[in-house]
Amino acid sequence: MANYKLQVNNKNYEVDVDSDTPLLWVLRDNLGLIGTKYSCGISQCGACTVHLNDEAVRSCVLPVSSIGEAKITTIEGLSDNGDHPVQQAWKEVDVAQCGYCQAGQIMTAAAMLKKNPSPSEEEVIDGMNANLCRCGTYHRIKEAVLLASTKIK
Amino acid sequence: MKIAATAGGGLLIGFNWSACDSPKMKVISNEEIYDKAINFNSFLSISPTNHVVIFSPNPELGQNIKTSFPMIVAEELDVDWSNVRVQQAFLDTEKYDRQVTGGSGAMPHSWQRLRQAGATARHMLMEAAAKRLNVPVSELKTDKGNVIYGSKKLNYGELANEAATLPVPEDVELKQVKDFKIIGTPVKNVDNDAMFTGKPLYGLDVYRDNMLHAMIQRPPFGMKLKSVDADEAKKIKGVKDVVTFKDNVAVIGEGTWPLMKARKLLKIAYEPLDKELESTAFHNRKFDEMLNSGAAEVKRKDGDVDAAFKNAARIIKSEYQCPFLSHSPMEPMNFFAHVKEDSVELIGPSQTPDRARNAAAEICGIAPEKVSMELTRLGGGFGRRLRADFVEEAVELSKMLKVPVKLTWSREDDITGGAYRPAVKYRFEAALNGKDELIGYKLSGVGMNSGNSTRENNFPAGAIENLEIRSMEYKSPITTNAWRAPITNFLAFAEQSFLDEVAEAMGKDPVDFRLELLDKAKTSPVGEIHYDIDRMKGVITTAVEKSGWGKKQGVSQGFSVYFSHRSYVAQVAEAKIVDGKAVLDKIYAVTDCGIVINPTGADQQVRGGMLDGMGHAMYANLTFTDGVADQKNFDTYRLIRMKEIPEIETHFIDNGIDPTGLGEPALPPTGGAVANAIYKVSGQRLRNQPFSNEEGMKNLNLGNPA
Repeated sequence: MANYKLQVNNKNYEVDVDSDTPLLWVLRDNLGLIGTKYSCGISQCGACTVHLNDEAVRSCVLPVSSIGEAKITTIEGLSDNGDHPVQQAWKEVDVAQCGYCQAGQIMTAAAMLKKNPSPSEEEVIDGMNANLCRCGTYHRIKEAVLLASTKIK
Repeated sequence: MKIAATAGGGLLIGFNWSACDSPKMKVISNEEIYDKAINFNSFLSISPTNHVVIFSPNPELGQNIKTSFPMIVAEELDVDWSNVRVQQAFLDTEKYDRQVTGGSGAMPHSWQRLRQAGATARHMLMEAAAKRLNVPVSELKTDKGNVIYGSKKLNYGELANEAATLPVPEDVELKQVKDFKIIGTPVKNVDNDAMFTGKPLYGLDVYRDNMLHAMIQRPPFGMKLKSVDADEAKKIKGVKDVVTFKDNVAVIGEGTWPLMKARKLLKIAYEPLDKELESTAFHNRKFDEMLNSGAAEVKRKDGDVDAAFKNAARIIKSEYQCPFLSHSPMEPMNFFAHVKEDSVELIGPSQTPDRARNAAAEICGIAPEKVSMELTRLGGGFGRRLRADFVEEAVELSKMLKVPVKLTWSREDDITGGAYRPAVKYRFEAALNGKDELIGYKLSGVGMNSGNSTRENNFPAGAIENLEIRSMEYKSPITTNAWRAPITNFLAFAEQSFLDEVAEAMGKDPVDFRLELLDKAKTSPVGEIHYDIDRMKGVITTAVEKSGWGKKQGVSQGFSVYFSHRSYVAQVAEAKIVDGKAVLDKIYAVTDCGIVINPTGADQQVRGGMLDGMGHAMYANLTFTDGVADQKNFDTYRLIRMKEIPEIETHFIDNGIDPTGLGEPALPPTGGAVANAIYKVSGQRLRNQPFSNEEGMKNLNLGNPA
């Protein structure tokens, strides 16, 4: 076990975990940040997506020892009041069914829109395709990402 | 600042909030609302602040009864939806009947109860107002949380105290459907805020003081535990213990990751139980053995099929096979149990909380009343969480270790852990006479732990003179369970594809063929009819209209209609050639589920059911080697993705009948509609699932594979 200092949602944390511990489990088991979800553990579904300095990354395969001073943003820190344009769009479109995948979907969408604020429908599908939704809310996810892009100034 | 006089002589002062900074509007917290709310019945409480707390009893897994149930209560209570706060109820078998999520049954079961709950409370509020105003109840009205007498308004909040003490009326008048203000309007999911900001909602999000994590290594199907060497596993930091119970080896510790690492270091030996360890080749042989044995049990027999087939001018025969399937909800199995001296605390995702409680009570040798069961939101269910196996595991461990335990299944545990949709094979046969008329119909279904692999009373039974339906199952150690639209999730595809083939052989349009059969069932039924012919015709004719059936150029259409779980769905799938490749472009779905409570939720269930049906028909596969699934995670167990979905257009029949359920009915017809469209566009008949493994699919490009 070793000591790691992490910056998550603009807060400083210190954890004592093995170097190979994926960030996902540090967030959930050590820091009480359970918004980031476990579903596959092998980077195949996107439920664990967080931002590492604005880049969307799969926290289930990101060892805590590789993070260093990078800023981590989780779903809990995406906005102060749940009012990030993506979160707003998700509510307007009423995207979710069970909701378990949606934090990861939102984080993926937010990172994508930061890079490409006016994506075409095809670019949205390309960008979101790696996130699984077992309940089948894909039509609404696509609609919500496109709606969010109109809200981003 | 505007000043206006009210009709009653008081002053009504309006403030422009942005122009002045006092008085501040008091923001009432939810905590305060819950704290002060006065209880009326199992379903609702009213706070003096005029907010209504509505309790949602059934487990919520994405079907959104957590929104639609409260909508019904709020409707009959006659309140403003913005004043409603919804709370998930714990298991309480005294207050609630059937706290189960399964069989698409919640809405049909509770519709009247929910309406009664809202209506009786409304009546009691009116009685209280009548007393206070000293006027007859009959002269009062309600509107959005107010009881109104002429120009006088008393809100529910101020009446709640008195009203709650009044006797509960036995019979109250319910609203007319035409007067609904909330039901039938799109109401957003009550948990949106929580879900989209990462609040703890799911079983996997439960953490309690002094809790230990647990993960379990389970045996292959058909094997039992022989020995375990846990020395290396125990050396992992964070691992507290390794224990065994039944054939399970459980690793216990302070966090999930240490356990995941420790498991890989376990040295476990298993030995076979009694029979040959099963692999897919064995299953395939077994299927054909059973189909050819003639030993399948007759489930329904009308007329004389033997004579019909003997006299047939032509026989059409097709076989259809599907694999075992995992439910794979996005939230893997998990559960929290704290076994104490003489009580048990359970928290977690279950579709059958009463069953979970009883299982815990039995394991601990205490009365069920001593077991509390808190329902978390479920990250998907699909039937998997009808079982209590993961609950029992958590309880066994907590009892053994004498600490609170949170049991987590990894995705690999989940996919390889059984409780599957059964693998099934069908043999359909149709006999035509010299005039290409249908004179006989046979179905033989064989399944692995399928129970009855057929639904013998479904259409087209009742519409065909000579019909025989048989079923046989093989008892495999591979465990199976109800999987969204059990049996019909594959049977419907096979049947609707076969009817397409028969229609073609008869030279008939597939829709005309269905309608003719339905007319026969209506005018001269053969035996018992267990489906509503008019409702089935209704969705068919509407689907024809909405899809422009038979009228479009450059588009190949496939049709399917199915009745399951009390509701009817007809679908038309459209495929076309784009850049030389066949593409599945669009599917129309017409649903009759009676009154649609929440249109946004209903649309979700239809889309979700269709993508579920389609995705599994096209991609998902489980093969077995020596009692273990070959596919362990989403890299090899393929679920449908955004690039692979067609456009979907949903329509609902407006017939005003009591709601009949919607969690499952849209799934069964999907495979057939898709396969029939693919046949039209490519000439390839798809008979086995997943379609992506079929030879005929190799030349097709349905969406872009991930």
